[in-house]
Amino acid sequence: MTPAADAAATAKPKKIGLTRAQMAWRAAQDIPDGSYVNLGIGMPELAALYVPDGRQVTYHTENGVLGFGEGPPKGEEDWDLVNAGKKAIGLLPGASIFHHADSFAMIRGGHIDLAILGAFQIAPNGDLANWRAGNEGIPAVGGAMDLVSGARQVWCITDHTTRAGEAKLMDACTYPLTGIGCVTRVYTDLAVIHVVEGRFHLKAIAEGITVEELQAKTASPLVVEGEIEVMAPPAL
Amino acid sequence: MTTPSAKATGVLKPVLSAQDALADIPDGATVLIGGFGGAGNPVELIHALIDQGARDLTIVNNNAGNGDVGLAALIRERRVAKIICSFPRAASAHAFTEEYQAGRIELETVPQGTLAERIRAGGAGVPAFYTRTSVGTPLAEGKEIRAFDGRDYVMEHAITGDYALVKCLRADRMGNLTYSKSARNFAPIMCMAAKCAVVQTVELVEPGAIDPETVVTPGIFTGRIVHTPDAVQEQVLFEQGARYP
Repeated sequence: MTPAADAAATAKPKKIGLTRAQMAWRAAQDIPDGSYVNLGIGMPELAALYVPDGRQVTYHTENGVLGFGEGPPKGEEDWDLVNAGKKAIGLLPGASIFHHADSFAMIRGGHIDLAILGAFQIAPNGDLANWRAGNEGIPAVGGAMDLVSGARQVWCITDHTTRAGEAKLMDACTYPLTGIGCVTRVYTDLAVIHVVEGRFHLKAIAEGITVEELQAKTASPLVVEGEIEVMAPPAL
Repeated sequence: MTTPSAKATGVLKPVLSAQDALADIPDGATVLIGGFGGAGNPVELIHALIDQGARDLTIVNNNAGNGDVGLAALIRERRVAKIICSFPRAASAHAFTEEYQAGRIELETVPQGTLAERIRAGGAGVPAFYTRTSVGTPLAEGKEIRAFDGRDYVMEHAITGDYALVKCLRADRMGNLTYSKSARNFAPIMCMAAKCAVVQTVELVEPGAIDPETVVTPGIFTGRIVHTPDAVQEQVLFEQGARYP
């Protein structure tokens, strides 16, 4: 064996696909300038870290704040100032505070331009299941149903498959729905998919995976038309 | 009368101890409780309600309590027959989880915006309304669906309360209120939707000390005032591992 071949044989195989931070980064590149945005807990809220410099984006949280930013360091939190995930936040210049009914009037009245959420299952008709897996446990929905039915656009950031390898993008959701016909885009570790007129349209794909391999992990046909971006996120 | 009589003063609201303010809450009452997560919970009033002893309560709150204080303690003491909320699940919601799994508490899960709007409607005299939220989901099952302009909407009924328990930052003697940041959350609409809103306030000032332009809850929605200058945030008690009683 040559030294190079030896190194290749012992090195771990390079993981295909984006990290969680890279998925958030990829979605963040598409957040429109001048938009009011609600980011769900987890990967969606990470997107705020990666919005390109100079873009105007105001963040909304369900519990009554527009224009929030990062919270104070640990130990200096003000527990009267939290986001929907109950994390301590800070107010940016120009922030505003309002009660819950006004906050949800922003959502339900179509004033929020974009909501980014997690997903258990997504169907090509835009149906989303992200609040309850099966029928076990305590039903807790929070603001998810309001966001998906009220925001002007709904994007999901999610792993392409479950940990067990089951498809999350499928012909029809089998889990209880959060909303019908609501999802417009999906950002996964392997692809960017737009949901248009009842079909999944492939727009971008991760390096190192073919369209055929991606289709095998997707339980609904992918429409592949025009130029497909090969995602090139920074190391995150 | 062309202008209000100079002889009348404005309506002043009773300033009471927590014990006196809650003394007449009967068994079976519906109580709207402000707060979201650890922000805005009227902890001192909830503890006074535990001491008061009313049972079979229907509680409306966004969550189902944290740790062993406040709403969680009320649930643990088995005073709550039913809870109406959007998000009863949390790592620290063990009191609710135990009661729910033992079948001792009824749960009505409501989307958060529908919950807020049902309370607002209750305060505004609107008996029911239609919303897009929850259409096509299990939470719309059994409810009236009606199409407007070709889209389906689900009918939701207003929520009113016998009492509301909320926390504010500053109250004047006429019951005008301002709040502290996101601790405002459900409090203004709960004050509107309850027959008697009991407000605990950190600061109590004379009429005129709050700029009318900045009043968030006008005094007409306030029933009774409890002055709690040393109120402790629920989140702080929770982090200390406090337990009540």
